[in-house]
Amino acid sequence: MVNPLQTAILEPVAASGLFQMAWLMIAIPLVSAAFLLLVGKASNAWGHLLATLAPIASFGIGLALFFQLLGASVAERTVEVPVYEWIGVGPWDVQIALLVDQLSILFVLLITGVGSLIHIYSIGYMEHDERRRRFFAYLNLFIAAMLVLVLANSYLVLFIGWEGVGLASYLLIGFWQHRPAAAAAAKKAFVMNRVGDIGMALAMITMFAHFGSVEFAEVGKNAAQFSPLTATLVGLFLLLAACGKSAQVPLQAWLLDAMEGPTPVSALIHAATMVTAGVYLIVRSGPIFDQTPVASTAVVVVGTVTLLVGAWIGTSKDDIKKVLAGSTMSQIGYMILAAGIGPAGYVFAIFHLLTHGFFKANMFLGAGSIMHGMDDDVNMRNFGALGRAMRWTFLTFAMGYLAIIGFPFFAGFYSKDHIIVAAFEHNMIVGICALIGAGITAYYMTRLMVMTFFGRKRWEHGVHPHESPGVMVFPLVVLAILSVVAGVAMNSWINGWLVPAVGGEEHTYGLLDGFTEPIGWLTMGVVAIGVVIAVSVFKSVPKEAPRGNFLERAARRDVYGDDINNAVVVNPLMAFIGLLTGFDRGKVDGAVEGIGASTSGLGQVLRRLQSGYVRSYGLTMVAGAVLVGAVLILGQLA
Amino acid sequence: MSFPLLTLLGAVPLVGALVVMFTPRATGRVTGLFISLLTTALALVVVGLAAGGRDLSEQFTWIPAFGAHWAMNADGISLTMVLLTVLLTPFVLIASWNVGHADAEDGWGPRAFSALVLVMESFALFCFMATDVLVFYIFFEATLIPMYFLIGGFGEAGRRRAAIKFLLFGLGGGLILLAGVVGVYAISAGNGQPTMLLADLAGMPMGTGTERVLFVLFFIAFALKAPMVPFHTWLPDAAESGTPGTSALLVGVLDKIGTFGMIRFCLELFPGASQWAAPVVLILALISMIYGALAAIGETDILRLIAFTSVSHFGFIVIGIFSFTTISMTGATFYMFNHAFSTGVLFLAAHFLIQRRGSQKIADYGGVQKLAPVLAGVFLLGGLSSLALPGMSSFVSEFMVIAGSFSQNIWIGGISTLGMVLAATYILLMYQRTMTGPVTEDVEEAFGEERSNDLTGRERWAVAPLLLIIFVFGFFPKPMLDLIEPAVTTTMSQVGVSDPSLTMEGSN
Amino acid sequence: MNPENYLVLAAILFAIGTVGFMVRRNALIAFMSVELMLNATNLALVTFSRINGNIDGQIASFFVMIVAAAEIVVGLAIIVSIFRTRRSASVDDANLLKF
Repeated sequence: MVNPLQTAILEPVAASGLFQMAWLMIAIPLVSAAFLLLVGKASNAWGHLLATLAPIASFGIGLALFFQLLGASVAERTVEVPVYEWIGVGPWDVQIALLVDQLSILFVLLITGVGSLIHIYSIGYMEHDERRRRFFAYLNLFIAAMLVLVLANSYLVLFIGWEGVGLASYLLIGFWQHRPAAAAAAKKAFVMNRVGDIGMALAMITMFAHFGSVEFAEVGKNAAQFSPLTATLVGLFLLLAACGKSAQVPLQAWLLDAMEGPTPVSALIHAATMVTAGVYLIVRSGPIFDQTPVASTAVVVVGTVTLLVGAWIGTSKDDIKKVLAGSTMSQIGYMILAAGIGPAGYVFAIFHLLTHGFFKANMFLGAGSIMHGMDDDVNMRNFGALGRAMRWTFLTFAMGYLAIIGFPFFAGFYSKDHIIVAAFEHNMIVGICALIGAGITAYYMTRLMVMTFFGRKRWEHGVHPHESPGVMVFPLVVLAILSVVAGVAMNSWINGWLVPAVGGEEHTYGLLDGFTEPIGWLTMGVVAIGVVIAVSVFKSVPKEAPRGNFLERAARRDVYGDDINNAVVVNPLMAFIGLLTGFDRGKVDGAVEGIGASTSGLGQVLRRLQSGYVRSYGLTMVAGAVLVGAVLILGQLA
Repeated sequence: MSFPLLTLLGAVPLVGALVVMFTPRATGRVTGLFISLLTTALALVVVGLAAGGRDLSEQFTWIPAFGAHWAMNADGISLTMVLLTVLLTPFVLIASWNVGHADAEDGWGPRAFSALVLVMESFALFCFMATDVLVFYIFFEATLIPMYFLIGGFGEAGRRRAAIKFLLFGLGGGLILLAGVVGVYAISAGNGQPTMLLADLAGMPMGTGTERVLFVLFFIAFALKAPMVPFHTWLPDAAESGTPGTSALLVGVLDKIGTFGMIRFCLELFPGASQWAAPVVLILALISMIYGALAAIGETDILRLIAFTSVSHFGFIVIGIFSFTTISMTGATFYMFNHAFSTGVLFLAAHFLIQRRGSQKIADYGGVQKLAPVLAGVFLLGGLSSLALPGMSSFVSEFMVIAGSFSQNIWIGGISTLGMVLAATYILLMYQRTMTGPVTEDVEEAFGEERSNDLTGRERWAVAPLLLIIFVFGFFPKPMLDLIEPAVTTTMSQVGVSDPSLTMEGSN
Repeated sequence: MNPENYLVLAAILFAIGTVGFMVRRNALIAFMSVELMLNATNLALVTFSRINGNIDGQIASFFVMIVAAAEIVVGLAIIVSIFRTRRSASVDDANLLKF
């Protein structure tokens, strides 16, 4: 099949000028993190301020680079920044080098921009936590690792960041380690991510075996030389990696538990940036997926299933953060779906990724603000009528809400609409699923809004909701503004910007496209239905959750994600380990101990010969002498 | 012949051990530490000279009738082993400052510990530098003596039994190796000129059958040492009953003689048989790797758990060695180096932990992180290094082993990636159970007020350099890889294998 | 006289000594039986020396005598001290050295 769309081939130019300083973006937060962790208590008083300056500095550099790229010609927008040689053995020559191009710089801005806002927010949110300095050090570590991930010029360097964010995620989910649930969730996240990492490792070693290199440019150039089977396998391996990191079915179960972490962490890592790394990986690996329709289809299927499952989970959770987590899964499902469509969808995947980064971070921080005012309660059945009590939080949250359901002219309206249209063009069933997902999204988000901000007060006794301090409200406002304008601002521009880097079709999209296509109207209709249903159902919210129908009960149990994992993997493995431990002690070590025991057992038997009777010894001697004599005589005769 | 620098390097700790025994009890351990640091400095000089291209080989006739020589040399692989030995030993001494019985009238005090560690260091160094089979064999056996006393003299209940088990396994392996050495001698004598020198023995003509028998003898001896499943059961017992400092040396240094011997002797002396046996060895190594990891997940004793992780890691190393690619073998050698430090940190951190609480059972801990954050942090970093987190040196080596073996055999390489998940599981499960969660009463009693019983300055100095090594070589592995690669290339050419060519077109 | 007769005598003496050692319980008798066997051996050695015409056998017999003398010194001392403590010279009573 010849793809009519253009495929991007990376042809980096050498870095010059400011680009040579690109590594500073990573180094600054990394050094800050190490400094804060090593200095210890001495920096308690000012550590968080230093840590907040780090991503802001990186953001400044990123912005400067972005403008440099804007001013450069298209051919010079892919810049490679060599740093040093990492592994040079035999056929390998792995450099630590950065790749600054149209795609990575957008990520840099998202990570450092949203990251900076969340740092600022955390100053307020973590104010009373005695381990605040440590929290900020971990956040800086995360920023550094995430920047390595998106700026890497090869899969192996990407993997450093890939695991680095995993580590940061582990540390931050389990930040309140004294809570067993948090510690368990952190471990679960790391281990499930590691399952995905097997895919990453397998993909990389296949590339090494074939090309002796894992640089994006090199692999992209040679991807056509993969046999169809190899290309499919590599594609599936990469998909596995993406599933782990981006919490896609079947590796989705960790994300909901990850909400045990402090809310700014959920906003930064588990909504805006880290969980979207899988999308980045697939888009970056476009040249490989172009070779393999099978793997691409698998990506589409995974994305579609996850967008429905995530939305489904979101409909029935009472924990405000878990609703948002389900929503994140679902929205990333949209992105994965778009990325699976191929060059036609890459740009939309990234577009949605960016707008989602804004509005979801906004809503998570809003949820954090609510928790801050409600004594860390997350149960929406204890909320209600918060719109008046927390006006700024309500207003900013509303902007995020309108953006995610795709209200016209808000960010999600543009980015999601493109994906749904592309899905319909790709395959009717996938399109319908995407459309249904939009309806469910509208339903559960409206449910969240209604339960939280409207209706009667259902507050627990002694809870006095209050607006959060300015240091927390400021990021909310900025993100709310971005949720409103990001779509309008980028809709016409981003396609032209990204197509040279990720592939696709040169086309200029207008701001009113959604109103001229039937699918646009259809989407708006479905969304409206979702909103109306939610408003009518949740007019009054009982304090106790009703038992609910079968669908709701399944959703509350995360669609049996943990149950399936336990039944299929964990329990059999643990049973096997139990057998193995017994086998090791009983059989393997038992064989060793058995040899020892039988040796001493033989001694027990033989020592009976020591009867203590001199005459029996004498008899033995005589018998021996006779024997020796007989042998000698017989030997003479023979 | 120039000054016998390598012999001097090996002799310094041995003489030093004598000096330590004759110093007053109070200054014994300080003297021991000083001597081990002196050895480290000398070793760094040696590595510097060797890297600069100086020929350090030395050879003196010893027993002409056997063709035995006192012969030492140091190529990249040997130097790597020497480095890990001298870099680990001083920090184990610092960490084990108060090991043994305080009222050490029976002689098992810190001074005896220092002396025994120095003796062990010396023997291990000679093992790594010997280029004469007989000299190697003698020191291979001799290492058992100090280690027997280190396990049996210091440590927990059941240490005598564990020491005897260790000794019997060691002697068994030594006996098998002796048979192999005698066989090698017999063949060289049969060829006219009896010799024990590696250089003469390598490439010596021998019958295919004989070569295979001798290979198996050498391999079993080294597999007992390394240890590989099913010969591994002495290691968890020794780790459980010995002091963690001893275990760090045992796993970090002594067991490396096994894997080092596989490269130096199995591969170089019996190239044909090595290739013949490689498929079986690879499968055994893969089993070791997975078996050790699973057993570690199921383990309830911290020290036994760490011992099992090492069984798993040794599986990786053997996979790397017998995959016969530059990448995997360089990776395996580098893995040996890194493993000493990651396991060293884990054992030492466990030591600090157990010393405070007085129990090795994972179930007896909980919430330590809250009371001793630095200790928990060190423990976690050691664990992360053990699970090969990118950015730490162990990742570079583990990935090289996996990728190198994959290019030779996709199944071995592919399946070995499972180790990544299993390693994450056993490390984080242990960390979760010991360090996180609510602070249990017993832990509170043992650790007291928050941070009041965290790592002391001495303990921090013992682990910080090891962690530094792990991080520095994680980001800048080039010096080590440049040191190892030429030696590996030489070995590969002796075995007569070359890297698989890149399969640009699909090979599946 | 035919030297072989001396060999026969030596064999007879040795057999008497063996049987005596095996059947008698008294330590002194058993001890004397051992001496008898030693002397039978001496006789055989001297005879062989005569037959072969060199003195190797005679030299060996001197060694045997010296060993026998030393043995008697030690052995008798042991027997006497056992008799003193146990009031018995029976070899079957002194059976403490067993498993």
